[in-house]
Amino acid sequence: MFEINLEAMKSLFFLCLLSATQLSFAQVIIRGTLTDTKNKPLAGGSITLKDSYDGATTDSLGKFSFSTTEKGAFVLEASLSGYSSFTKNVQLEGKEITLNISIKELITELNAVVITAGSFEASDKKKGTVLTALDIVTTASAEGDITGALKTLPGTQQVGETGGLFVRGGTASESNIYIDGNLVSNFFYSSLPGIASRGRFNPFLFKGTIFSAGGYSALYGQALSSALILESNDLPEKTQANLSLSIIGLGGGIQKLAKNKKASWGTTYNFTHLGPAFAIIKQKQDYYQNPVFHEGDANFRIKTKKGGMLKYYGYWSTGKVAFRTNDIDSTKLKNAFSLDNLNTYQNINLRENIGSGWKLSAGLSFGSNKDDTQNELQDANKQKQVIVSPIGYAFKNFSLLSQSYNAQARFVLEKKLKGLNTLRFGSDYFYTKEKARFTLFDGSKYNTTLEDNLYAAFAETDFYISKDIAAKIGGRLEHSQLVDEWNIAPRFSLAYKLKNQGQLSFAYGIFYQKPESQYQPAVTGANYAQATHYILQYQRMASMRTFRTELFYKKYDHLFKTGTGPTNRQVAINNNGSGYAKGIELFWRDKKSLKNVDYWVSYSLLDTERDYLNFPSPMTPSFAAKHTASLVVKKFSLPLKTGFNASYTFATGRPWYQLKYDQAEDKYKVADGGRTISYNNLGFSVNYLPNLGKQNKRAFIVWVLSVSNVLGQKQVFNYSYGTVTDNKQPIGPTSKRFAFIACFMSFGVDRTEDAINNNL
Amino acid sequence: MKIVQFTAALILFAQLVVAQPGEKYKAAMQKNLESIGAAFSNPATLLALANNFERIADAEKTEWLPYYYAAFCQVNYGFMEQDKSKTDMLANKATELIDKADVLNPNNSEISCIKSMIASCHMMVDPMQRFMEYGQESSKQLEVARQQDPANPRPELLIAQSLKYTPEQFGGGCSTAKPKVETALKKFELFKPASPMHPTWGKEMAEGILNECK
Repeated sequence: MFEINLEAMKSLFFLCLLSATQLSFAQVIIRGTLTDTKNKPLAGGSITLKDSYDGATTDSLGKFSFSTTEKGAFVLEASLSGYSSFTKNVQLEGKEITLNISIKELITELNAVVITAGSFEASDKKKGTVLTALDIVTTASAEGDITGALKTLPGTQQVGETGGLFVRGGTASESNIYIDGNLVSNFFYSSLPGIASRGRFNPFLFKGTIFSAGGYSALYGQALSSALILESNDLPEKTQANLSLSIIGLGGGIQKLAKNKKASWGTTYNFTHLGPAFAIIKQKQDYYQNPVFHEGDANFRIKTKKGGMLKYYGYWSTGKVAFRTNDIDSTKLKNAFSLDNLNTYQNINLRENIGSGWKLSAGLSFGSNKDDTQNELQDANKQKQVIVSPIGYAFKNFSLLSQSYNAQARFVLEKKLKGLNTLRFGSDYFYTKEKARFTLFDGSKYNTTLEDNLYAAFAETDFYISKDIAAKIGGRLEHSQLVDEWNIAPRFSLAYKLKNQGQLSFAYGIFYQKPESQYQPAVTGANYAQATHYILQYQRMASMRTFRTELFYKKYDHLFKTGTGPTNRQVAINNNGSGYAKGIELFWRDKKSLKNVDYWVSYSLLDTERDYLNFPSPMTPSFAAKHTASLVVKKFSLPLKTGFNASYTFATGRPWYQLKYDQAEDKYKVADGGRTISYNNLGFSVNYLPNLGKQNKRAFIVWVLSVSNVLGQKQVFNYSYGTVTDNKQPIGPTSKRFAFIACFMSFGVDRTEDAINNNL
Repeated sequence: MKIVQFTAALILFAQLVVAQPGEKYKAAMQKNLESIGAAFSNPATLLALANNFERIADAEKTEWLPYYYAAFCQVNYGFMEQDKSKTDMLANKATELIDKADVLNPNNSEISCIKSMIASCHMMVDPMQRFMEYGQESSKQLEVARQQDPANPRPELLIAQSLKYTPEQFGGGCSTAKPKVETALKKFELFKPASPMHPTWGKEMAEGILNECK
């Protein structure tokens, strides 16, 4: 038997009952609203009593309400993606709690405005870009050349007689091209008289492209017009071998990814021989040495422990070409022109996180170029002719050996401040040395050597006032030993996000450039040429459609004027030139309206005049057309596994001039001039991917066929004049149309990958 | 008297049970898990469930399942979001949640499935442009999921689903999706979740695909 303590039992029972009722009565209701700082209700916000299960999600009116049985001191938290979080200490003691919480929208890369004035960006990852890397390759008229694709964007000129980018009234030498922040001095193949040279670098080398038609960042300098900023690929996704076969040559390469996927190396070789193509497609020039190139490149990329990357890219190329053209000053004589080229470029770059939110990027680059040019006046039997009366004929026999060396060292330090605010600063050092030996018909030699050390320091900040307003403020300080003057260039841009995915941007900047080496050494010390840019842009990007328009005004000051120096060469004599460029540009891209069709239209109106070089007065330069328009259409057909790309470019006629030296007035005068016929070019290309979608494919194959000037429309870029007579000759394309057919193969999927891995 | 004693003991025990964290956790999980099915017809409820699961996970600190379900609800909410400019943010939130689950329970096949769904969600914003990056990531995660647990039917189901919506020219369509969905259904028959709280979803989806591919 055991005794029952009834009293104790009663009290225990009572106690239990009490605590049970206490439980039900101790519920606390917490309610309130969640709004942003503008008092707009926020739906979907999570309200949490920390370290408990209790909480609620706000409704469409931003309201929440929940009850909790917890007691004592707790932390109440409100959170919503994209907003700052809110916490408050609450004391739960039976009383209802009402909270009106206000949280601030965070400035993140996903919602913040992007500064876009003046620039077009092609990238696959960043938001707010207008083009992707693939767009560059699949633009019909581009013919695999990066700058070819850029010529379908507003702001660029359709200059067919020389290579380079002519942007908004600027010459090709006023555009700089950078790879991973380092300047590439010989981005294009050496120029040949009357022939547009292409870019040297394969568009597939780059994952990102920023083309700035003006108002670019303080990180870059020495270009009055524009900057083309290319970013090279990171590690390849897999080990891969590539082969290419085309009407103009063959090539092969390999990219090897280390097993730990932290490093890679690669090398490619290309052989180009235009003989077969020129045998089919008749050229205006009579080639006695078909263009032949050997090109190789090598790279390595290593991921660092702190998430940075070390990249090396090296390029090497030799080329030979020689052709005869009819001499402009006579009916029987011919000019035999030959060029041997050797070009190298090395670029090593480190991007590293150095702690406390600091990032370092440092680069070293070295480039060299050697052009051995010969020109001979020949008779019908290919015999050299030295005609001394008039002496102008004799001057057509010359040789020029020019060698250039460029080196650059650069570092940029970047610190992420609060939100997206960023501070950047750094320094550039450029070394250039150019040696030329000019040999006249009589064997007399003229040597010039030009050397320059240019130092630059720059600082820039990205400043977000709110997620809708951002400014980029920067400045660049430079000193060129050759010019022996300092310059300071302010840069400023602003972006303001409007409603409905629209945004307004403005950019302002001063840009300096030292005299081009071809006009050096100057007779007297020449100062920097200067351009001031003002750009106003409106852009709207919404659901696969982009519209943008830009209004720009560019003022040129201190442009170089030239005079005749020794060996009949034009050299800079003073900085008294000036000019302007203004215009409006439109761009519309639509991937939505037509099924499976992607198209863009661009239009540029350019009004420009400049007084520079030997111009007698302010004139519109012969590379500037008033109206330029392009239509680019791309359609990919899945059943046919084929992409069809077409582009049409139209430009109104460009002015041409015959400038003749007037002895009496000691200046050049316009002796003749006019306007060329308007320019039309329909380009077409087809990409066929036979293995698309096949399972267990060993190789990925792309066939490419591209034809330029499909309709065979007559094109005249400019006119050239004789140096002895007043004979005039149109400069047009080297053939009426050009066709290119190629097959690109890459191996590296499935078993092929293993086979390659095992053999390396 | 014995009855009184028994009742008192029962109440005491009941109080103890309520206070025991394991049971409270199970009860809360159960309640939210039951609501998932219906939530698919109302995105706001799905987001509320994601928040509920996250609260449970944060309070528990060592359980991977509530983070898993929070990410599951969050990514499905992302798929339902009509305003594509918000999708990336929602998918990023799902990644944040699944990464926490991953830390608590590494190398899990179910977690890899969610990672694949998140990549697909990013891809949906602009499939043409993002296929190269997110499409590959999505299939990579499914392959990983399959290797981590060959018996799991969900990687198979997700592969079938992605194939069904891939154009035939790219090797997709019903003809390639059907065998996969059949394999998935076989695995669903054999699949035994480790506990009633472990993932079991997907069978109806698989049957739906099979139905459409008849």
